[in-house]
Amino acid sequence: MKIPYYPGCTLKTTAKPFEDTTKAVSEAVGIELIEMPRWNCCGTVYSLASDDLMHQLAPIRNLIRVQDMGYDRVTTLCSMCYNTLEQANQLVKSDPEKLEKMNSFMDQEEDYTGGVTVVHYLTVLKEMGFDSLPVKNPLKGLTVVPYYGCLLLRPEEISIDNPERPTVMAELLTSLGATVVDYPYKLECCGSYHTVNHKEVVCEKTYHILSSARKRGAEAVVLSCPLCEFNLDFRQKDLEQELAPMPILYFSQLLAISLGLFDALEFDQHYVDPKPLLKEKGLLR
Amino acid sequence: MTDTIKTRMIKVYIMGKEYDVPEGLTIMKAMEYAGYRFIRGAGCRAGFCGACGTIFRKKDEYKFKTALACQTPAEDGMYLTELPFVPANKAEYELEELASGPNIIVSLYPEIARCVSCNTCTKACPQDLQVMDYIQASLRGDIEQAAELSFDCLQCGLCAARCPADIVHYHVGQLARRLYGKFILPKSLHLKERNDEIEAGVFDQEMENLTTMDLDQLKKSYIERDIEK
Repeated sequence: MKIPYYPGCTLKTTAKPFEDTTKAVSEAVGIELIEMPRWNCCGTVYSLASDDLMHQLAPIRNLIRVQDMGYDRVTTLCSMCYNTLEQANQLVKSDPEKLEKMNSFMDQEEDYTGGVTVVHYLTVLKEMGFDSLPVKNPLKGLTVVPYYGCLLLRPEEISIDNPERPTVMAELLTSLGATVVDYPYKLECCGSYHTVNHKEVVCEKTYHILSSARKRGAEAVVLSCPLCEFNLDFRQKDLEQELAPMPILYFSQLLAISLGLFDALEFDQHYVDPKPLLKEKGLLR
Repeated sequence: MTDTIKTRMIKVYIMGKEYDVPEGLTIMKAMEYAGYRFIRGAGCRAGFCGACGTIFRKKDEYKFKTALACQTPAEDGMYLTELPFVPANKAEYELEELASGPNIIVSLYPEIARCVSCNTCTKACPQDLQVMDYIQASLRGDIEQAAELSFDCLQCGLCAARCPADIVHYHVGQLARRLYGKFILPKSLHLKERNDEIEAGVFDQEMENLTTMDLDQLKKSYIERDIEK
């Protein structure tokens, strides 16, 4: 399957391991990711002001680039990019007047026709069927929890799964051989950009999420958002409470391990090093 | 009665005042014809230095246009002005003390994170550069692409003057090119070798011979020189 891939800024910098492992996985399972040759920032955080079209230009311009490539779907990894692109997409699809205004402002581009759909990479995998994944190195003996946060599931209109009771990541991880346990904080917000000016807010969230996961027996938390990764991982160093270090992993990293794609792995950008846990379970070569 | 070739005159409006100027002049020359002196906002007069970035409007059009005043012909009905300088913010840094990393540009120019991809900068660029794209590349730490896309920048500053997010694109591009040159481009080893040879005096005698030769001898040796194929 061929699908355009919108990377997003973070995937090229602090979330490089997320992208590298996904590229390796895609190649192994027959998904041809066509990285967009030209793209800009997704817009980072969908603007909720109904008359603020200036902040919708960035996401819609990206969708015009997909349209220019001759495709009607684009996939992305970062939950924030997914959320911003698809919310803006739905705004202009449902409001032709706003779309016309933006098209007339972007007079050096082709008009956006509203014909593109943004699909998260988890959805692409799910469409292919998690059972069809060529698992060579099952994640036996590893107990994990998925962490969805907000951006994959809210608002409902763009949710990649049931927004109250999502199962997509648990299904994926189970099919990779991991033991998945449930816990009450999988939909909790991580505190998002409060991490810049109010890191105590994020520390409190991080503690609740991770200690709950720990109590249920989780040995690692699995997610899809570079900002959640930063908050749940790096804020562990600022916690006031005692908490044994909890490794935070992108779902693509566990996918790469289970498919035996060890060369694509890189764990240098984590605060809590996941390697000791993965070695203990005999999952790293 | 003498025949004279009559120059057709056009009307231009400089700072709102009407002037008749000969057709075929550049914006800069038309303004000088009308009596303006360019003390600032003029430089090489050949489209290379970027000092004469200007803003204008054409007759019966609503759009502001931007151009280099020394490269753009004045047209009948144009509204013109002087734009001597763009007082843009410029980050201070010691290149030798910078480390190349994904966030280096955004740490010196944090306002690039305010880019909403409106593309106004690209529309303003008289060099037809993809200005927005090099700001976006800078934002995601792609120094190489930012350097390449901004390579033909003349530093005229029109991008910054038009930007609704107050980004100073041309200084950002310059920083990207400096970082690219210092940290990313491969070092040219032959240049170092030649510098070492020069410092060791390998060419001193040859230079001495050349500078003391009389003119005829110099011409002769020029004609008879070895030409590298």
